[in-house]
Amino acid sequence: MAFITCQNASFAYDGITVASGLNFSVCRGDYLCIVGENGSGKSTLIKGLLRLKPVQSGVIFTGDGLKANEIGYLPQQTDAQKDFPASAYEVVLSGRMSIRGLRPFYSKSDKNACEENLRRLGIENLKNSCYRELSGGQQQRVLLARALCATRKMLLMDEPTAGLDPAATQDLYKEIEKLNKDGGITIIMVSHDIPSSIKYASHILHMKGRQLFFGAASSYISSGIGSELMGGALNA
Amino acid sequence: MLEILSEMFSYAFLVRAVVVGLLVSLCAALLGVSLVLKRYSMIGDGLSHVGFGTLALATAMNAAPLAVSIPVVILAAIALLRISESSKIKGDAAIALISTSSLAIGVVVISLTTGMNTDVCNYMFGSILAMTKEDVTLSITLAAAVLTLFILFYNNIFAVTFDETFAQAVGMKTGLYNMLISFLTAIAIVLGMRMMGALLISSLIIFPALTAMRVFKKFKTVTICSAVVSVACFFVGVVCSYLYATPTGASVVIMNMLAFLLFWLARLLTLKARGNGAKAKRVSNF
Ligand SMILES: Nc1ncnc2c1ncn2[C@@H]1O[C@H](COP(=O)(O)OP(=O)(O)O)[C@@H](O)[C@H]1O
Ligand SMILES: [Mg+2]
Repeated sequence: MAFITCQNASFAYDGITVASGLNFSVCRGDYLCIVGENGSGKSTLIKGLLRLKPVQSGVIFTGDGLKANEIGYLPQQTDAQKDFPASAYEVVLSGRMSIRGLRPFYSKSDKNACEENLRRLGIENLKNSCYRELSGGQQQRVLLARALCATRKMLLMDEPTAGLDPAATQDLYKEIEKLNKDGGITIIMVSHDIPSSIKYASHILHMKGRQLFFGAASSYISSGIGSELMGGALNA
Repeated sequence: MLEILSEMFSYAFLVRAVVVGLLVSLCAALLGVSLVLKRYSMIGDGLSHVGFGTLALATAMNAAPLAVSIPVVILAAIALLRISESSKIKGDAAIALISTSSLAIGVVVISLTTGMNTDVCNYMFGSILAMTKEDVTLSITLAAAVLTLFILFYNNIFAVTFDETFAQAVGMKTGLYNMLISFLTAIAIVLGMRMMGALLISSLIIFPALTAMRVFKKFKTVTICSAVVSVACFFVGVVCSYLYATPTGASVVIMNMLAFLLFWLARLLTLKARGNGAKAKRVSNF
């Protein structure tokens, strides 16, 4: 059984449908990239998978032992965060919130998990640095470590490489690949970068207000659907 | 100095004013950290204008000012929160609509009843004589509520302030926290505004947080520093206003302004002292 199954789901704002006909499933260990142009409903779908937005029709359900609050989330960064006074450690520790539950304070094991994830992403030396003074790539690593504090099973990411320079983007892709391959963490990621999506992902979901394609990354290439977004580079 | 203080505190009304002021400053500073960081601090300004309108109405109706103001301002706070969440009208525009409307209603009500007199001036710029026993009780209750919230739910407040969507995604009731913070802000504003003045009270929310953020870089230290700075500025402001017979509200705001400049200067100096060495040292993984 799949971690997440989406059956004929659609989403709407104020009665206007912005994404429909979504039929796909994500299994343990998959790496799904969601691609499509701006406004095609990718972020909306991510919010739907996180239960932050109800479906208009259809169903989304979790299975294979995945509970709804066991999904780690890497949101699109907001402007307010860019000058937020917080240490990297404070940010990462806040990922343990759902595990902490009703206890008011973090325990030793919360702090250990936090340290472990800082190490895992190679940022333990930045622990006491101020979040707003980190580079874009470092900030994303901090947010990734926070998401890992919330889950050992699945990560949802909305354009994690937005605003990063090419080198930092590649580093982040490699880090995510490592989490997927070595850590066994299932990945769902929104991306604008089709070549990298094909390179790293096991599955592709292409949206344009509705589902244009869902399947293995290899069959996405032969379908030719992505070539328009890639400016014909697929045929080269 | 001690003589001045003991002389000051021989007046019962001044003791009441200082107690209420210190507690309100503390609460406003704590709530302000979250509001400023969420880009929602203009709510303080909006609510104080609503407070002005309700005070004018209460005076016209010969009713107790707190009994009228508190429920109305709380309702306004909830309405503003709802409007800014639904994002039909942008939050700042909504606040401007509600605050100018209340101001206009207040001014018209005053001119129809008592006429523009010292009352109006007191509402606008505050009066140290306004604090009653009731205010003291209420401000102690408010401070107890705000401190409990910040000590027991500190980690949740950090999470909601830093990243509301993430907090929601991991199952937190973020709406409840926003509501609670707006609710407590409304009470702090109503309590503080008759002393500080409707035009000046929002500075208690905005200044301390911004001052603390000049120098400190962690949420915890910013929160603590903001509370300390706010309480200190209020106390020094009140003493100065007593010594030089200046209006209390304005004196406190000037102290906050000086503290801000001081912290800002302190940051410039430390940046200079560290020079470019710090920049080079900054670890770069990328
Ligand atoms: N809060 C909202 N209220 C109304 N419409 C929205 C809202 N958020 C997004 N939309 C609309 O939904 C569509 C899909 O948006 P989104 O999911 O953000 O697209 P993407 O992430 O693929 O760029 C867009 O047309 C957008 O204008
Ligand atoms: Mg998006």
